Amino acid sequence: MYAYDQYDQQMVDARVAEFRDQARRRLEGKLTEDQFKPLRLMNGLYLQLHAYMLRVAIPYGTLNSRQMTALGDIADKYDRGYGHFTTRQNLQYNWIKLEDAADILADLAKVEMHAIQTSGNCIRNISSDHFAGAAKDELIDPRPYAELLRQWSSFHPEFTYLPRKFKIAVIAAEKDRAAMRLHDIGIQIVEKDGEIGARFYVGGGMGRTPMIAPMIRDFVPLDQLITYSEACLRVYNRYGRRDNKYKARIKILVHELGAEEYTRQVEEEFAHMLDQGVEPPREELERIKPFFADPAFEDGPKTLDRTDPDFALWVKHNTHQHKHDSYVSAVISLKPVGGIPGDATGEQIRIMAQLAKQYSVDELRIMHTQNVVLPHVKIADLYAIWTALGAADLGAPNMDSIEDMIACPGLDYCALANARSIPLAQRISERFDASGKTEKLGELKLKISGCINACGHHHAGHIGILGVDRKGVENYQLSLGGSEAEDVSLAKITGPGFTEDGVIEAVEKVTDLYLNRREGEERFLDTYRRIGMTPFKEALYD
Amino acid sequence: MKILTGNDLRTGAVIWWDGENWSLYVDNATDVGENGEEILAREEALRRVNVPYIIEAEATEDGIRPAHIKDRVRALGPTVRPDLTLQPKNPEALDWII
Repeated sequence: MYAYDQYDQQMVDARVAEFRDQARRRLEGKLTEDQFKPLRLMNGLYLQLHAYMLRVAIPYGTLNSRQMTALGDIADKYDRGYGHFTTRQNLQYNWIKLEDAADILADLAKVEMHAIQTSGNCIRNISSDHFAGAAKDELIDPRPYAELLRQWSSFHPEFTYLPRKFKIAVIAAEKDRAAMRLHDIGIQIVEKDGEIGARFYVGGGMGRTPMIAPMIRDFVPLDQLITYSEACLRVYNRYGRRDNKYKARIKILVHELGAEEYTRQVEEEFAHMLDQGVEPPREELERIKPFFADPAFEDGPKTLDRTDPDFALWVKHNTHQHKHDSYVSAVISLKPVGGIPGDATGEQIRIMAQLAKQYSVDELRIMHTQNVVLPHVKIADLYAIWTALGAADLGAPNMDSIEDMIACPGLDYCALANARSIPLAQRISERFDASGKTEKLGELKLKISGCINACGHHHAGHIGILGVDRKGVENYQLSLGGSEAEDVSLAKITGPGFTEDGVIEAVEKVTDLYLNRREGEERFLDTYRRIGMTPFKEALYD
Repeated sequence: MKILTGNDLRTGAVIWWDGENWSLYVDNATDVGENGEEILAREEALRRVNVPYIIEAEATEDGIRPAHIKDRVRALGPTVRPDLTLQPKNPEALDWII
């Protein structure tokens, strides 16, 4: 994985020193909150319900065991013993003191990490496929390009004050594991006539106005990747709605202009920029690529003893096919039954780090589904890993099941939330685990958001739940039919909302209907798409 | 009644105006009547509180209860982590929030 050069380290160290001075001045009363707020947000420091919250960037979800260990240590030293992995492949600490914030950033800088651009109207952490560099079905490893984009977008002076925040995802497989088309820019690395290039989708997103990004260019040569990205940003920066926060995302601009007109303007800008030397030298990409070279994979056993049924179940659900047939990628579930999705204690974080060091070429990935991946695991080591995970309460065999739900922090932590998300996740996982239905339901992606900002991706859930405030009381809207994968679609609301108890009953009813109506190997989503919303509405409201 | 709340500048902890100072406990909050804006302006200028605001609350037999669930969550702590609330040994205290 990528290692900082002297410039990266200088930039991060300088930012820590700068923030230390800003925080000092705030604590001494020399800066007002209005003056300080944009400065702290530039460093990922929010003020949430109970305390300051620090969001740490994990570029394209990749980190090594030293970095993961540091995250666990920070949880214990400065927070309350845990961290929360997010739907942006980042990590958040919920109980940070302002007087500690600069020290935390300094600790992060020692392991080549930071919290820069994890907030504010700038280009945020680049996200990617959590199986990048390991998956059998990918064209190439997309992370060198994600890293190039990271370097280009870090402190980019033209894009530090965009109309609104801006999120980019990069993948290189037909299977979309990064919700690519629900990003402001989604880039798919593709092959055309023997040449590798980038397909651009622009104007997707969730939030209060969910949209699927249309494709605006099917092939951009890789030596024009940054120039084309910059052209997309430049048109947005020029015409994005700065007058209205709720219409300021690029999806609104693309929608209002129309994809065709937006594309025309991007192409015009792109043509203008091509001879201006925007693109980084090819040597920089060539310098980056070796950091992501394959490790020296070793041949070994390709089959497993699955006589232990619990182990067999975990292998079935929580491993993913690797490009080397003696290896798999192993998913560590952060969704124990009744647990808080995405939370891990400092000790659990260090255990995952140790497992990565011992068994996964020192690498981990954070999934946008709030789990952790050991990307390069020998099949021969799986049983030992599973045993260690089980001992640390990290062995839930539930990837992509209804118990593997995404849930935002909701009203338990978030200042923007209208309703709690986590208790729903806990009750649903307990209920479905107890009834034994989880396994029968198969792949079922449940996503829960505590407000319209949709951090819990409810628009993209096979089943989505949105918490709203109904005259001071929590209420929950149910939606069906969303997907953030390659078969992307937006979920539709079933009808009137439910109480907390009511929405859990509603989830039970729609899953029962699915089990009664499914044909063959259909997933919940397939059955919904075949039979439509009407039978589900009848089951819920008649 | 109207009470004042905000976050402590240094720690970010939720705090409540008790008439003279800022307290961690909502039960210490005092009714500020129509003087809320004046107190907030003064306290914010003194950097004793961060992002303060006025909320509606009710004086009940069990103490002062903010009108909105968000402020009740703030007052006690996350409902999903009883151990991290102000009453870690009394999980039933969370019923007060809902």
